[in-house]
Amino acid sequence: MRPTPRRCPLADSQIIVETASHAEAYNPALLHHFAEPQQQRDAASLGMWIFLATEVMFFGGLFCAYLIYRLAYFGDFAAASTSINAALGGANTAVLICSSLTVVLAIWAAQTSRRALMLLMLVLTMLFGCAFLGIKAKEYHDKFVEHHVPGASFSFEHEEIPGHPGQYANPHHAEIFFALYFIMTGLHALHMIVGLGVFTWLLWAAWKGRFTPDYYTPLEIGGLYWHFVDIVWIYLFPLLYLIDRHR
Amino acid sequence: MTPECELPMSAPSDHSKSSPLTTYFAVWVALLFGTFLTYEVAKIDLGPWNAAVALIIASTKALLVALFFMHIKGAHERLLKLVVITTIAFLIILLSLSMADYATRLWS
Amino acid sequence: MATAPAQPVERENYLNAHYGIRSWLLTTDHKRIALLYLISITFFFFIGGFFALLIRLELLTPAGDLVQADTYNKLFTMHGQVMVFFFLIPSIPAVLGNFLVPMMIGAKDLAFPRINLLSWYLYIIGGAMMLHCILTGGVDTGWTFYTPFSTEFSNTKVIEAGLAIFVAGFSSILTGLNFIVTIHRMRAPGMTWSRLPLFIWAHYATSLIQILGTPVIAITLVLVVAERALHLGIFDPKLGGDPLLFQHLFWFYSHPAVYIMILPSMGVVSEVIACFARKRIFGYTFVALSSITIAVFGFLVWAHHMFVAGISVYAALVFSLLSYSVAVPSAVKVFNWTATLYKGSIRYDAPMLYAFGFVGLFTIGGLTGLFLASLGVDVHVHDTYFVIAHFHYIMVGGALMGYLGGMHFWWPKISGKLYPEGWARLAALIVFVGFNLTFFPQFILGYLGMPRRYYDYSHMPEFQILNVFSTAGATILGVGYLLPMIYFLWSMRYGKPAPDNPWNAAGLEWQTASPPPTFNFDEEPVVTWEAYNYDEIDAAHPEEVSVGG
Repeated sequence: MRPTPRRCPLADSQIIVETASHAEAYNPALLHHFAEPQQQRDAASLGMWIFLATEVMFFGGLFCAYLIYRLAYFGDFAAASTSINAALGGANTAVLICSSLTVVLAIWAAQTSRRALMLLMLVLTMLFGCAFLGIKAKEYHDKFVEHHVPGASFSFEHEEIPGHPGQYANPHHAEIFFALYFIMTGLHALHMIVGLGVFTWLLWAAWKGRFTPDYYTPLEIGGLYWHFVDIVWIYLFPLLYLIDRHR
Repeated sequence: MTPECELPMSAPSDHSKSSPLTTYFAVWVALLFGTFLTYEVAKIDLGPWNAAVALIIASTKALLVALFFMHIKGAHERLLKLVVITTIAFLIILLSLSMADYATRLWS
Repeated sequence: MATAPAQPVERENYLNAHYGIRSWLLTTDHKRIALLYLISITFFFFIGGFFALLIRLELLTPAGDLVQADTYNKLFTMHGQVMVFFFLIPSIPAVLGNFLVPMMIGAKDLAFPRINLLSWYLYIIGGAMMLHCILTGGVDTGWTFYTPFSTEFSNTKVIEAGLAIFVAGFSSILTGLNFIVTIHRMRAPGMTWSRLPLFIWAHYATSLIQILGTPVIAITLVLVVAERALHLGIFDPKLGGDPLLFQHLFWFYSHPAVYIMILPSMGVVSEVIACFARKRIFGYTFVALSSITIAVFGFLVWAHHMFVAGISVYAALVFSLLSYSVAVPSAVKVFNWTATLYKGSIRYDAPMLYAFGFVGLFTIGGLTGLFLASLGVDVHVHDTYFVIAHFHYIMVGGALMGYLGGMHFWWPKISGKLYPEGWARLAALIVFVGFNLTFFPQFILGYLGMPRRYYDYSHMPEFQILNVFSTAGATILGVGYLLPMIYFLWSMRYGKPAPDNPWNAAGLEWQTASPPPTFNFDEEPVVTWEAYNYDEIDAAHPEEVSVGG
């Protein structure tokens, strides 16, 4: 049965799929310029992976800056790093890991037609994401109160360098640490927020019944994005929070 | 249809439904354990090896997420692996050739 | 009884399929998006060209008498930023690439048509921001934004310009992403990698650079904006920062960016030379792989822009050596194009004239790049007109000529009309003469010591004569650029209708109508022949099709 043609201006033109039998599903998600659903799936997946490659290079510039300054100002960075809350950072890492699990479970649920589980996992993913942002907000608040936010009211006087009693960290170098800390975690948080937006749409689409074992590509590529955000945090946590913690 | 694409990347595994679940939960536990390990090892003095150990654990965790959660392990196409490897390679180029300058500034 | 000749019924094609501004502004047809880009980048070309004109007028006399020093700083900055980010980087990929990539591989559209439209809108938004920045005071940091001047001391709209380029950068990233996925996933049956036109290989390599490099300048601009707004100290030596870190991050993209600008042109040249020599490109595999090699090696050489900036001498040695190596794949192409001409049946149509111009001028530009890669020479000519001449030979003598050649070659396909060949050959000649008169004297000026970015050279009045030649050349060059704009527009109304394949060229795009239907092909092509099968084509069509205008 032909669906009524969409008239949304940005939509691809109406698809005509010649099917051999009625048993083969007319796939409403097949876009006109693809020959078959598999091709469309593969294109979407490759597209997301390449986008993630660009994101790696985007964060990569920050990692480069971080690497250079950490090596140059190790003591100052260590002093600054001890002042951020590693327990909260670790908790956030665990939260994101759990959220990655719920994402793959949501996809598995779509693959196996478990609608309720899929919806539950998507909701849990978003809850974990919100928890992450909440913990981050607490951390940022703490830094704000301690005047560790770079800018006019930044202050980092008389902070000892771990392992070097009597030596105080250079406030300018510490400010560079905090600048990188806020930019890196802030950019990451921004990606989390975008991810939450994406998952809001995925939740709505799942609720509407758009995902079946034959078509769950948006879940998959949304999941890829989410896992990438998790991976960035997996690196940020030890690099920012755990410099020289053994002293 | 492109010649090099044989099997769908995203097809559910043919064997019993429980095996992807087992893998997922195993990876999840490993990731949490890795996080715990990172945190605890940071408290031990390994000198310059602290950073290396932290990065090795982080990279292992990232690899687990990529292989199992992002389904690279099941992908029959080499293209996705090539994308990942190429990206990491160029990131390493950025970091290492920059260091070629910074590491040698004080030599002369 | 009507005795007037019946108007031929216009076949439906992508131009007349839908009418109205909405059908253009909300199109997902890659061919329409290519035309949207064509109009936009031409607009920015005029703006960048206007700044160039003012620069050359100022330099007619040794004294700084046309504009003030600060204004001159803004002129060369805006010229560079507009020309690089809003003209050259998009030019061939966004216009010819968008139009031709799906057609050359036998696809109906790019992999992500809506993302294609988004990339154009991002370009427009970035362009509007840049235009606003220009109109409200501009930037004076040089297109290179070096810190700490750009972050601490400049009193101009650095943040706005930086954000404009940030937005335009995402346009570039999305184009590259689209091309890579399209080339991997959308090739017609039988179109194997070794049958791809070299234009496609060139665009694939370009897209690799766009994907991997542009994000780094994006983050660099974020850091510059943050530093300027909050005085963070990341690039400020007074606060422990390193200005060279900015330069490393900036050039990590901006060097590969020059390969974004030249590789598509090289792809055009391969297509044009094969067609007008009626021969398969010599060493197809080498030329194809050299594109990828250039893309990869291009990422290894960036600090040759920083030889005298304060990097360590050991790093300089490494980058110098790597810079020499990147010339090798480019040379491979030049040798192979030349070898293609041997025993070819050569025609001198306008596209071929531009291709010849490219090969010669790119060779000069490339060789002078080797002079610059040599540390000893670079110490003397860095920041002089020698550098300016070098990169204009490549970007204008190379990339822009390739763009013009490509526009002429595919104009019949794009518009369905033939341009006037006589005028086109004249314009190509004017461009070639004007270009060399503009930029060859600049090699000499630089060698003799005239610094770049100086508005007043009255302490070296002997440089005036060469500057006058340069300005005269620029005027001639301007005429050469205006001519095609005029006769292309003329041809849309008055030009002869073009046949499907006016050049008898190889390639899938020539096997569909001029202009093509919206979905490119009436039936999905199945490819059973090698690329550049001119021997088969000419055997099947012994008479040559003449395309005189």
